[in-house]
Amino acid sequence: MTVAGVIFSNIHDDNIPELTKMRTMASIPFGCRYRLIDFALSNMVNSEIYNVGVITHYNYQSLMDHIGTGKDWDLARRTGGIRILPPFISAYTGEQKLYVTRLEALKGIVNYLQYLKDDYIVLCDCDIICNIDLSKIIDHHIKTKSNLTIAVKQTYVVGDMAADTQIIESDDEGRITDILSTPLYENGYKDINMNVCVFTRTYLLKILSDAVVHNYSNLTFDILKKNIHKERYHIYRYEGYFTKISSIMDYYDHNMDLLDFNIRNELFNVKNRPIYTKVRNSPPTRYVEGSSVMNSLIADGCIIEGTVENSILFRGVKVNKNAVIKNSILMQDTLCGDRVELNCVITDKNVVIRDGRVLSGHESLPFVIGKNSIV
Amino acid sequence: MRNKECVAMLLAGGQGSRLYLLTQQIAKPAVSFGGKYRIIDFPLSNCVNSGIDTVGVLTQYQPLMLNEYIGNGQPWDLDRTYGGVKILQPYQASKRADWYKGTANAIFQNLHFIDKYDPEYVMVLSGDHIYKMDYRAMLDAHKKNGADCTIAVIEVSIEEASRFGILSVDSNLEITEFQEKPQKPKSTLASMGVYVFSKEKLKKYLIMDDENENSSKDFGKDIIPAMLGAGERLFAYKFNGYWKDVGTIDSLWEANMDLLGNIPNFNLHDPRSRVLSRNYAEPPHYVGSDAVISNSLITEGCEIKGTVINSVLSEGVTVESGAVVKDSVIMSGCTIQKNAVVNYSIIDSNTEIGSGCVVGEARETSQGISLVKHGLKLPCDCVVPPGAMVDDDYMLKFEKCNKDDSKKEAVK
Repeated sequence: MTVAGVIFSNIHDDNIPELTKMRTMASIPFGCRYRLIDFALSNMVNSEIYNVGVITHYNYQSLMDHIGTGKDWDLARRTGGIRILPPFISAYTGEQKLYVTRLEALKGIVNYLQYLKDDYIVLCDCDIICNIDLSKIIDHHIKTKSNLTIAVKQTYVVGDMAADTQIIESDDEGRITDILSTPLYENGYKDINMNVCVFTRTYLLKILSDAVVHNYSNLTFDILKKNIHKERYHIYRYEGYFTKISSIMDYYDHNMDLLDFNIRNELFNVKNRPIYTKVRNSPPTRYVEGSSVMNSLIADGCIIEGTVENSILFRGVKVNKNAVIKNSILMQDTLCGDRVELNCVITDKNVVIRDGRVLSGHESLPFVIGKNSIV
Repeated sequence: MRNKECVAMLLAGGQGSRLYLLTQQIAKPAVSFGGKYRIIDFPLSNCVNSGIDTVGVLTQYQPLMLNEYIGNGQPWDLDRTYGGVKILQPYQASKRADWYKGTANAIFQNLHFIDKYDPEYVMVLSGDHIYKMDYRAMLDAHKKNGADCTIAVIEVSIEEASRFGILSVDSNLEITEFQEKPQKPKSTLASMGVYVFSKEKLKKYLIMDDENENSSKDFGKDIIPAMLGAGERLFAYKFNGYWKDVGTIDSLWEANMDLLGNIPNFNLHDPRSRVLSRNYAEPPHYVGSDAVISNSLITEGCEIKGTVINSVLSEGVTVESGAVVKDSVIMSGCTIQKNAVVNYSIIDSNTEIGSGCVVGEARETSQGISLVKHGLKLPCDCVVPPGAMVDDDYMLKFEKCNKDDSKKEAVK
């Protein structure tokens, strides 16, 4: 039994336009030193999936930069390893558009999937934060003789949740009975789709050729819902920490969640399941005399001379003397000059905040400063 | 394949006996330094930053850790199809089977490695110094002088001079005399243990030296004096940057402290000369609400809830609330439990300091650095006096002390 992985790097880009202007969802920096794809990639590698394809769409240079040869995830391999799957457009068929839906993206990689020899395919999106053992889902998939197993997390659902949250309904045996795409009716605990699923490869190929023949474009409605009573689709209920990044608020909140010891522990300190990321060879962070830091998460390579509270500092951030940083997320190589005051601010990479600037957002609406800006 | 202009030979077989407990199970170049580095990262990074991509690492004493750490050389970009880093261990041959009997003998036994790449120059480096240096500038000086051997030197104080190999030079920096650890030094130019040789000359003198039964097979004691005596062209190359021999507990501690401050004596944060090392997948470090951190270096994976002052913490160190770490070097994976105090100490990796323990004494009054060996678990409330070296035998005393129900009594 072997398993290959496929990662969708762009599928939810529209949710966070603030951060995806210059990059893919997959390469959004998260948690001081990671990018969102690190969770998907590490989960695969830690579950012994060493053959991973990454489906891209546009703006994927930053993603290729991050992945490199894949060696930091142990995915630089002669057999398998990591492959970037660029969008497929034929030069000879006249006018063609880039894929929009998940099914269209999969149709574009049919050749790749056919060429694989693996029995099962794990599909995973890049908007999820969790440290999950995928082999348990695969075991479950095999045990229930499923064609498709969707990982779900029981969550308290409210009406105004992000529109792309799917609710999965199932019977007592875990067989999927319905898939709802907009949770409009009553609030309560529901199984939400974690955007992680396992397909039997032959079955996936079958529905893809079906989709090509009938020109289907929506996986859920054109295929899954039509076959829901005919085919064996099951859920796998995940119990551990799981969250999705569906908006800039989610992004802010879930970064701040990492200040909680239990969440941090469940994500990063699982035995034999570390989260890998690109190595940048930053030196350790240097605190100088007079610095004051409280309840913050700080990557290597920073120099801290001022005050930092309840904040997330990425690699290479510099906080100068008398600067006060509160409730903020400062991405890689942000420079805060003397006497700078920040509150509820998100700075993208390489932002320079000159001496004496005072900026504030609010917990309900953090102020985002774009990449390479100078304030 | 094209030949390599310069091949580096890195001497990493030293025991470093003056580092005591730190080098009982690992060789000196594998000793942890500056939070996330090992000593060997410095010469290796210098090689890579100077464009030298073929490095032979000569190991002998406790090589396991070093082998594992260097691996295929990937963290330093030394995983090359031709060249790259190679570990050179003593080996059996049809006519001889010997340990490396000295620095010169180690290179002699690996002349075939050098010949394979047919370089014009060979750099001989030692794996026990902390410095950032552009070897290429030194190589250029070697070529310009038409030298047979160039030795990198650094200015030291006259008091220190007797600890080093001391060179006397003329106005062109040509070496006129060499004294190994002299009682009465004639100059203050100390050898840094960094040599460039023209390969043919090196080969000639290594073969001559091997045939000399009275030789101690050492570069400083035998090869350099022999070359000087024969009238070869030996030049000094002056280096002005930071350089530190970390052969003793005190100097290792000092070198770690040199990384601290507003403008550190030795700046790791300089982007022009990155020091490369093997990185592990550790999460960012967390600083708790009651933590106090001042003038310190903190690495990924740490959880700081107590107080850390003037200290260097490696990856994965936990300082629990109420604990105080001051003027100390804490290596990877240690836990300093609640209310423990660590003062003026070096704590080796994966050690647990039990709650309420007092290790060492304030630096101002202390008689020496306390040292705790790798992997020990100090029971609660025990006291380690200044200058003590805590190993397994020492731990027995603690157990006895606990049985006598005389906790909190200092073990003398």
